[in-house]
Amino acid sequence: MKPVGEKPIDRESWAQVGEYLRKTLDQDELTHCMRCGFCLPACPTYRETGLEQASPRGRLALMKAVADGMMEPDKAFADQMNLCLGCRACETACPAGVQYGRVLEQARAGIALREPSSRIVRGLRKLFFEHLFPYQHRLRTLGWWLALYQRWGVGWLVQRSGLMRLFPEHIREMEAVMPLASSKGVREQLGEIIRPEGTPKGRVGLFRGCIMDVLFTETNCNTARLLVKAGYEVVIPDKQRCCGALHAHAGEVETAKRLACDNIGAFREAKVDWIVSNAGGCGAMLVEYAHHFQGDVRMEEDARWFSERVRDISQLVADVIDDLPLKRLQRRVTYQDSCHLRNGMHVTQPRNILRRIPGITYVELFESDRCCGSAGIYNLTQPEMSKQILDEKMTHVKNTEADILVTSNPGCLLQMKWGIRRAGLEQRMHAVHLVDLLMEAVE
Amino acid sequence: MLSSEVKRELQAVVGPDDVRDDPESRLAYSYDATPMYQAMPDGVVFPESTEEVQAIMKIASRHRIPIVGRGSGSNLSAGTVPVGGGLVMVMTKMNRLIEIDQDNLTATFQPGLITKQLHEAVERIGLFYPPDPGSMHVSTLGGNIAECAGGLRGLKYGTTKDYVIGLEAVLPSGDILRTGGKLTKDVAGYDLTKLLVGSEGTLAIITEATVKLLPLPEDRRVMVAHFTDLYAAARTVSQIIAERIIPCTLEFLDQGTIRVIEDYAKIGLPADMAAILLIEQDGPTSVVERDIERIAEICRQAKAAHVQVAQSREEEVQLMSARRSALSALARLRPTTILEDATVPRAAIAPMVEQINRIKEKYGLQICTFGHAGDGNLHPTCMTDARDREEIERVEKAFEEIFDAAIRLGGTITGEHGVGLAKAPFLEWKVGKSGIEVMKGIKRAFDPDGLLNPGKMFSKETRRRVVIT
Repeated sequence: MKPVGEKPIDRESWAQVGEYLRKTLDQDELTHCMRCGFCLPACPTYRETGLEQASPRGRLALMKAVADGMMEPDKAFADQMNLCLGCRACETACPAGVQYGRVLEQARAGIALREPSSRIVRGLRKLFFEHLFPYQHRLRTLGWWLALYQRWGVGWLVQRSGLMRLFPEHIREMEAVMPLASSKGVREQLGEIIRPEGTPKGRVGLFRGCIMDVLFTETNCNTARLLVKAGYEVVIPDKQRCCGALHAHAGEVETAKRLACDNIGAFREAKVDWIVSNAGGCGAMLVEYAHHFQGDVRMEEDARWFSERVRDISQLVADVIDDLPLKRLQRRVTYQDSCHLRNGMHVTQPRNILRRIPGITYVELFESDRCCGSAGIYNLTQPEMSKQILDEKMTHVKNTEADILVTSNPGCLLQMKWGIRRAGLEQRMHAVHLVDLLMEAVE
Repeated sequence: MLSSEVKRELQAVVGPDDVRDDPESRLAYSYDATPMYQAMPDGVVFPESTEEVQAIMKIASRHRIPIVGRGSGSNLSAGTVPVGGGLVMVMTKMNRLIEIDQDNLTATFQPGLITKQLHEAVERIGLFYPPDPGSMHVSTLGGNIAECAGGLRGLKYGTTKDYVIGLEAVLPSGDILRTGGKLTKDVAGYDLTKLLVGSEGTLAIITEATVKLLPLPEDRRVMVAHFTDLYAAARTVSQIIAERIIPCTLEFLDQGTIRVIEDYAKIGLPADMAAILLIEQDGPTSVVERDIERIAEICRQAKAAHVQVAQSREEEVQLMSARRSALSALARLRPTTILEDATVPRAAIAPMVEQINRIKEKYGLQICTFGHAGDGNLHPTCMTDARDREEIERVEKAFEEIFDAAIRLGGTITGEHGVGLAKAPFLEWKVGKSGIEVMKGIKRAFDPDGLLNPGKMFSKETRRRVVIT
């Protein structure tokens, strides 16, 4: 992104990044950090490294030092900001209520002025952020190809021919746990408007997401079916796009805002009572739209209208769970929080829902509130740290002796599938989205 | 930055990853939890054993490099801000719980162990380590020992110094000093164990500690009392103790704090109350029941507007939520939160709170007071903005007057945070000239070259006492 009305930035100059950050970092938020250190135990990267600079307090201090002109940003500064998972567990732990996620995004926006140095990261960013996520039809096409690849054994061919060896190990491992892609998304399968069963409770706009609709179409369809069973009319506006979370977290703020604008328009037009997401990462971004357009007279009101209506699927379901015809599921179930659902949206309902399904034995996962290491595309950009965090998580998952590991976010779900495979637990358990488990109980 | 020679020598001891002098690392260890203090060290080093600490000390001594020992950096006295530059020695990698000795009821650990982790480990087997500083989820035990941390249970159980019975520490020379042991009684010479507890890293680097443990109390109960009159609340505190009851926790919130918490947390606190007392008793069930009943009666006799004894764990959490929300509520009000720990004899709590209120009016500041009423340890907390120089000057003057008022009432400048850098100019007010001289003599005996945590505890200049008119 380029700052409006500024001279173009020389991509070599960290000094210019520093100058930009001094103008854009939120000084109030940085001053608000009272450095009590209460965030330290909440931070996964601090726990892994034991280094203050890899903690929220440390990163805020680094940002403040840049903002105060005490130091210039450099590669080490950028590395530290990029090592952060953005799980925002520190926000929940912070007595002073520092909006860490927001200042981190500001810092990353400054860093994004310089191109990331690694070729893999650069390539991935360009591909995902500029050419894929913003375009639903391209994702659909990709889904079509993926589906073809997965169903017709092209995968076998690619693997046998050694093509996969060109990719790093973690990408090959991830490829193995990818769910079957679909060439048809939720809208193509169920239509634009789906009538409710029984007395209508309201009109819900379904946020279908980008990856969600290609790789987890079934979960999207189940979300719609569940809402319909619960008495909601479901609308799936076609003009909606990617939520922009990955862009915002990576510092691509302008693209994120462009996507947000389109989404706000699409759902306003659809005249919905709620906007429902089934991905914690998307949901947390959607509720933040109001913040992103603060002070923008043209968009402010619409953005607030939008954010006020955003709900996670579990919030709507929790209200009507007793009216749903639930059959017994004799299973041992545990739950891994989606960080953004918990720390961004402050949603607490999934555990209550799981406990209400008859037959289910719910076991709490030790440190279920700790990030699984997926964190958007973190597992692709920071594979080592991601794997370290995941492997530790899986030892706790193993101890629950659960048959089913439930999450509420596609990134976490993929990561959990990857983790189950890495830990050799495939025979004993599987990972599912909360919505899919619920649908199994309803049908 | 470290000279290449020093860096090479340190790397030979701890390995290349555990010596850092890049700008990010230096900056990350340039502060602690004390607002407005920051200074860059030349480097940061992470020892993993007593032998490594010894070797680092020898290198530092030879090159005359100051050393600042550091745990999680959660102290509130700028005790770990490296004002003299040099090396910050981070002890967090030495974090092993070495032993829980169930025959002697002691625990032995390395200094980097997180306080909460010791609590959990001993409580699992029915034992109890009482010191519970507010920072216990993050603070290290080494830091607790260096600062002699207090906490909510200080009234009944005392503070860190009442539990530490044995230490291993490394002197600036690199020699090892061992004090005490798993002993209840030990009067061999000066009590160096007690001397090191609270020495703020100015005498030696603690590398191992043994603490005594108690049996875990069988039961506990919580109650709350609201007062419309500050003096009635303060008299109640004295009355409870006079009736020979020592609650494990006796916390106090003043009107300012109550209003801020209510605005923030909306938990139904009455804004017209002058003070709230939160009281907890622990021990055998029958004793707890009896004590809580008598305390409730004392509160009623003192004309408390509202007395409530928690009937369930949920109700306890709800009653304690006011105290728990205090820091969050105050910290969110303004960008900078300065939390002090002026302490007075508990009979002087009401006059002290009145003095604080008078001083805050005089300087036009927002200062709320809460704290440990049972042991007289108050936390006047100022909400301000570090960027407003003019206001910060008023804040400094106000706190000078608050410390002065505390001493006049027979109290002290710091009850549990330590002197560090922040209160060094006021130490002489409390201990007098001869006190300072004796302390400096002790410092010289341990650290003749003044390499350990320079600038802390002893200030070049003592502030003149304020004359209150």
